[in-house]
Amino acid sequence: MRPFTYERATDVSQAVRAAAETTGARFLAGGTNLLDLMKLEIEQPQHLVDVSRLPLAQIEEDGASLRIGAMATNSQVASDRRVRERYPMLTQAIVSGASGQLRNKATTGGNLLQRTRCPYFYDTTKPCNKRRPGEGCAALEGVSRETAILGASASCIAVHPSDMAVAMVALGAEVETLTPTGAARRFPLMELHRLPGDTPHLETHMIPGELITAVVLPPPPPGGQIYRKARDRASYATAHASVAIAGGQVALGGVAHKPWRAATAEAALAAGVSPTEAMTAELEDAAVRDESAFKVPLVARLFAAAVRESSGAAA
Amino acid sequence: MRTTITVNGEARSLDLDPRTTLLDALREHLKLTGAKKGCDHGQCGACTVLVNGVRINSCLSLAVAHDGDEVVSIEGLGTPERLHAMQQAFLTYDAYQCGYCTPGQICSAVGMLGEVQAGAPSHATEDVRGDVVLTGDEIRERMSGNICRCSAYPQIVAAIAAVAGAEG
Repeated sequence: MRPFTYERATDVSQAVRAAAETTGARFLAGGTNLLDLMKLEIEQPQHLVDVSRLPLAQIEEDGASLRIGAMATNSQVASDRRVRERYPMLTQAIVSGASGQLRNKATTGGNLLQRTRCPYFYDTTKPCNKRRPGEGCAALEGVSRETAILGASASCIAVHPSDMAVAMVALGAEVETLTPTGAARRFPLMELHRLPGDTPHLETHMIPGELITAVVLPPPPPGGQIYRKARDRASYATAHASVAIAGGQVALGGVAHKPWRAATAEAALAAGVSPTEAMTAELEDAAVRDESAFKVPLVARLFAAAVRESSGAAA
Repeated sequence: MRTTITVNGEARSLDLDPRTTLLDALREHLKLTGAKKGCDHGQCGACTVLVNGVRINSCLSLAVAHDGDEVVSIEGLGTPERLHAMQQAFLTYDAYQCGYCTPGQICSAVGMLGEVQAGAPSHATEDVRGDVVLTGDEIRERMSGNICRCSAYPQIVAAIAAVAGAEG
């Protein structure tokens, strides 16, 4: 690990100021992803602003919405009685990811901002446009089983690894942030992450030093909810693909550089076509590689099964 | 950086490089070598300790971020003369072979039962809106962050189930 200096933030405005004023500063929350990457020297912050003890861990009612503080741990959110009753699919998504120990430490904000698990991003002996922009992408010529099939580019075919974010996107969540100038912003979570384009090192639309303070869940849409995930192991593995359904709202995981809101499938489903046809329409523009081609039928089948299950037609 | 952590009930003050993980602080600075460094990336669970009663991977946490926290490692759970129920169950059920992962398994199991008691659902929970019933499937799912390369899993599940009073 490269040397860095450390400070514990005392309040939210001081945290964003400190991050903006210090060269090479990063926020440290749960640290489960950042420290992992710092040990591999993929992340090399010169200064850490520890935001883990900021008073941002509450989960509170906001009218008919539920505001989840950015420092609420994944375990806290998944176990919250209101989340389990109103957004059971969010609990399902969170507990389908990582391990108990990691979920106890990982935060809501950190989960959204975690980096890809693409093996070539992790392998510092191989080129990666995320690690060193312009260097090239080893995944294009490499093992491509876990790569993106939607919205990828010639620069990057990595996927976003979060389960939680996929559920939140399906629920139409919004993100609240504080910018370094102290301005509060609120925007749809769907607009947080970017597609790779030719700048895959830029993963979100946040500005340097901006801090996620909360995620706001609107009232759940009418209809069933479910999160279904296909993976290599029964537990503790990232998704080949996942499907989040909340009423008529659908998002996909494991298929793109960001949690993928499946608007085409939603519209097709609302127009009365079958789930398989609806998802086939969504995946019409899928760009697959030999090893990732299985994801197209997998997503369609996963979706059809999830729709049946969420509407109570089959278990 | 001066950091004070209560470790196994005793306040310990350390002067640490900010890069020191909680695991390295325990092992290298406090000579508490129960928690093990397996993968050092949060994948194997051998470094699991309880922080403020909650199980975490001590390898993925900076010691300086734990100033003021209460840490319990395997050494603080019980002593050879006075074993914790989970330590005794691992002996009774022969829940290890080489023993390298065992301190992490035991700390993880103790933390996990606390989570169950608090009603936390898991991926194995039939209905996340309902109550949790600790079945063998629940134990296996909840312990998936602890790898045992000797594959003593059946005995580990049996030991945990015995402590929890659940079906293995």
